[in-house]
Amino acid sequence: MRADVASWLAGSVADANARGLEELVPLLETLARSLEALRNADQTFAHPAMPKDDDPAAS
Amino acid sequence: MTQRPASLREAAARIARRELSAVELTEACLDRIAAGNEALRPFITVMADQARADAAQADAEIAAGHYRGPLHGMPISVKDLVDIVGTPTTSASNVPPRHPTHDAPVITNLRRAGAVIVGKTNLHEFAFGTTTDETAFGAVRNPHDHTRSAGGSSAGAAVALVEGMCYGSVGTDTGGSIRIPAAACGVTGLKPGYGEITTSGVVPLSTSLDHLGPLALNVQDAALLFHAMMNGEAREDLLPAETNTSRRLAVPAPYFLDKLDAGTRDVFTRVRSSLTAGEYTVSDVSIAHAERTADVYLHIVLPEASWYHAPLLERYADRYAPGVRLRLEMGRYVMAEDYVRAQHAREVLRHSVDAALEGVDALLLPAMPIAAPTLGASTVDIDGRKEPVRAIMLRLTQLFNITGHPAIAVPCGVAADGLPRAIQLVGRRGGTDRLLAVASAIERQMIGGAGSVGGGAG
Repeated sequence: MRADVASWLAGSVADANARGLEELVPLLETLARSLEALRNADQTFAHPAMPKDDDPAAS
Repeated sequence: MTQRPASLREAAARIARRELSAVELTEACLDRIAAGNEALRPFITVMADQARADAAQADAEIAAGHYRGPLHGMPISVKDLVDIVGTPTTSASNVPPRHPTHDAPVITNLRRAGAVIVGKTNLHEFAFGTTTDETAFGAVRNPHDHTRSAGGSSAGAAVALVEGMCYGSVGTDTGGSIRIPAAACGVTGLKPGYGEITTSGVVPLSTSLDHLGPLALNVQDAALLFHAMMNGEAREDLLPAETNTSRRLAVPAPYFLDKLDAGTRDVFTRVRSSLTAGEYTVSDVSIAHAERTADVYLHIVLPEASWYHAPLLERYADRYAPGVRLRLEMGRYVMAEDYVRAQHAREVLRHSVDAALEGVDALLLPAMPIAAPTLGASTVDIDGRKEPVRAIMLRLTQLFNITGHPAIAVPCGVAADGLPRAIQLVGRRGGTDRLLAVASAIERQMIGGAGSVGGGAG
């Protein structure tokens, strides 16, 4: 898992447990997989800060 | 009443000719509700007294020569997310209901058209599900098999139609909640283009994904109801003409046909063959990035739903169905940057669907990958793999909530398992009337070919 998503998940799980919502943890783990896919798709979705394929900075 | 009308248009024609009164038709519907509501649970609130009064007024107006059009005196049901003065808006929840002081604009429009509202229909709690397994009023049962779900979230709207309890239904659709129960029950369900019917006065699930739309016994009935909901004008001369279509369709095979149960695949294949034999040109197309649909959808629907429910969760968390509550809590963990990321991605997906529609009248695909699932099931088996029920039910519909393209589910036959299936047709943005024309022509073709469950083409 990407470090940023792992960090998000750890923080979210800690908060859910602190609120007594342990049943939320499996759902957060599922959401983390979706989040990772979405963030990995930044290039696919032409995020404006991502270097374009023909940008020399991309190499 | 000698013989029940088979469709809204047939009922309207008989009312206009005064062969049938609004009171007779409304009483027949109320009788069906009384006989069937306990077993199938499509209605939360039955508005019998008001419906009888409205029907009597409709008959008086018609007798005096003030005929408003095909919806005048027509019994209609309304999903219990929509505000109607004098009735609580329960959202099928134990959370305290809204007590509206104004009708939602869609109700004002329907009343202007002369509709008779027979009641508020059952749904998945707060529209946040596809099965009605989570509702304060008992799961809605599928009329074709009472052990199965009627889909959702607008389940009651679909079942009320099938059971003759009304002749049109108002539903909402955030990820498929009109089209899914339509497919599960064998009726027609239209999600118009985004914003065509105002959602003011409707309890939101996800404001940038929510759509209001009709469920009906056939496409032409849906078209009449769509116009009435949109602007209060239901007119036969506004029905979309079937003649100005190119008879070219495209099937977005990658992703959308990857996970289908055997019955759905078989029926869809037969429909495609029937259309090709009927001189339609049916090509294959890809929708770029469609495989990311669910990820984009989740990162929009979850935070938008949580925004509306945050104040209610603070006070009434224990009143929600546990599963709904947990999904709403999930939304509070979506980071703002990822919500914006998803909103950016939806623009890309919107252009992907536009590109797929180039040169064709509509996209053609199944409305739902599976038959109506067993009540209480959390997974369903497809080709030996277990798929989560909610995710698989949303798989083919949710993209068009993201992009706002109009989409309609049309029943297309019964599979070997005895359960109905539906096709979904998706039209160009701003082209709901054209989509209805395309769908009407295809419905006519299918009734002559593969066969259809649900009402006649009327």
